[in-house]
Amino acid sequence: MTTNEALFNFSLRIADDNLVLAQRLAEWCSRGPILEEDLAITNISLDLLGEAEDFYEYAASLGDEKKSADDLAFLRSEREYFNHLLVEQPNGDFACTMMKQMLYAGYAKHFYEALLNSKDETLGALANKGLKEVKYHFRHSSEWIIRFGKGTEESQLKCNKAIEELWRFTDDLFEMNATDKILMTQGISCSLMEIHPLWKAEISHVLDEAGIAIPEVNNAIKGGINGLHTEHLGQLLCEMQYLQRAHPGAKW
Amino acid sequence: MTEEEKLIRFNSLIEQDEKIEPKDWMPEAYRKTVLRQMTQHAHSEVIGMQPEGNWVLRAPTLRAKKILLAKIQDEGGHGLYLYSAAETLGMDRSTMIQQLHEGKAKYSHIFNYPTLNWADIGAIGWLVDGAAIVNQVSLQRTSYGPYARAMVRICKEESFHQRQGYEIMAHMMEGTKAQREMAQDAMNRWWWPSLMMFGPSDKDSWHTQESMHWKIKRSSNDDLRQKFIDKTVDQAYVIGLTVPDKDLKFNEATSHWEIGAINWDEFWNVVKGNGLCNHKRISHHIQFHNLGKWVREAIMAYAEKNNQLQTSN
Amino acid sequence: MENNNDQLPLWEVFIQKGGSPFKHEGSIHASDKNMALQNARDIYTRRGEGRLIWVVPSNAIASTSVEDEAEFFDPSDDKIYRHPTFYKMPEGAKNI
Repeated sequence: MTTNEALFNFSLRIADDNLVLAQRLAEWCSRGPILEEDLAITNISLDLLGEAEDFYEYAASLGDEKKSADDLAFLRSEREYFNHLLVEQPNGDFACTMMKQMLYAGYAKHFYEALLNSKDETLGALANKGLKEVKYHFRHSSEWIIRFGKGTEESQLKCNKAIEELWRFTDDLFEMNATDKILMTQGISCSLMEIHPLWKAEISHVLDEAGIAIPEVNNAIKGGINGLHTEHLGQLLCEMQYLQRAHPGAKW
Repeated sequence: MTEEEKLIRFNSLIEQDEKIEPKDWMPEAYRKTVLRQMTQHAHSEVIGMQPEGNWVLRAPTLRAKKILLAKIQDEGGHGLYLYSAAETLGMDRSTMIQQLHEGKAKYSHIFNYPTLNWADIGAIGWLVDGAAIVNQVSLQRTSYGPYARAMVRICKEESFHQRQGYEIMAHMMEGTKAQREMAQDAMNRWWWPSLMMFGPSDKDSWHTQESMHWKIKRSSNDDLRQKFIDKTVDQAYVIGLTVPDKDLKFNEATSHWEIGAINWDEFWNVVKGNGLCNHKRISHHIQFHNLGKWVREAIMAYAEKNNQLQTSN
Repeated sequence: MENNNDQLPLWEVFIQKGGSPFKHEGSIHASDKNMALQNARDIYTRRGEGRLIWVVPSNAIASTSVEDEAEFFDPSDDKIYRHPTFYKMPEGAKNI
């Protein structure tokens, strides 16, 4: 793998994370628990869509084939998607969605922070733009988790169920493969092993305040960055890519 | 002030084109009419999120997905501005929502039609929002202050909605045969319902006369409809769409397009609940409103606990 | 119907743009201050309109009433000497 190919894969991975999570959040459209929150979730989804587009465009500029950002988003199958398993998980109830958002935004925050020092200027600039957004997403979702943790018995129960359901997908966020090795030696990307404790401390702080215990599970599941996914991703892509697949070559 | 003096003051405010504000005295019938119109308008914005939401997960490009999501979000925001304006008359939002669920409050009939292909998203932006904008521009001068101010804000934000819809239609008309067919199909299904959005003809609408007198409504249904027809027919021709009206003709003398007869039976049938989606729209709203109940309870419980903590410190 | 009694408190939203005074923009519902600020941001600043946001519980606002109008505001009507146009300047005087 050349550095360029590694950078291509790496950009796709970030773009895929953003797009898949944005698509999940868009499922909440007209379904929010209060109208104000409906708009808040849409705002987060729009932020992520913007980030996805930026990273796809960067990937498209690196690839040797003439593929556009849209080609990369709409014409790859689930085995070619590199997003993390966490973001493709179904929304579940609102507590589950916010838990997923908090866990992911906490990761993205430290990941982007580390990328600020990347030797690749574009990556650094995109990380800088994304950082402001995911910091807000982290604040927003953390506050919801604390409200639920200290709210009613029912909301507490739902939060506990959410963390039990999602925790198994968090080790996957820190997996690395050949792509990371190449980019790390060039100072383009960072070691996710170093980010892991920072993330853990930050989300533990929120969960502690909410009175929610981190489950002691050993059944961590991994595979996203190597194109191995849960079955949910295929369904999500099927819906998202429908028009592009049904009308090959059409312009929209 | 005596009742009579209050009425004189109210009438003179209306007469001088001044705004009526929430704490001003107003005739009961005025309050009821404004409140009904604002809640109906708010519900329309919120229910209107559903037909477009039907395509947000299937939008064909990243750009299209962003635009559609931002647009639906605007509709929700406009619903909020209007609920907020309606609340100044003393009814809280949960009561308005309850009235919607019980069928006591209405929303625009247009949202009971289904969105069956991607061009429907274009048609909604271009025709449905286009019709709504004509009405809303006129309502910026409505006599109730909070309603007028909400309209100013909404009109400013809506200006991109119609353009993005027309852009979708234009793109599809330049596209493959299948795309052109989708665009024409959407045009055929949305043209007449859009014209119905302005409401029955003035001679059949008692509400219009009363509302015009109080300057709640500033232009008549027929005038607004004609304005919409004149600009939209030309836009259709520019991109090669056929207007589905065999009686459509241009009157050189008046410089207006004249349309065939509107099928008001269809309109009333949909208003009465027999559109393809009436049931779905309301049951969707009820379902997700009820699903959010535990969330609202939890955050209120949290807020109360926090307040107690703060006051005991 | 089960939607009674779950109305969240109402907050009034004020936003400052550039160097202008805070302006009332509308209202939102929220259960606490943080949520009120975030909801105000998502609803009233979607097009980059804001610099600072204030939220105030609606029931904390004191207001004059219509009955007060004459007493409160009419007395200022005849104090035209507060306005610069009240004063006659000598012909030829400039920049005053």
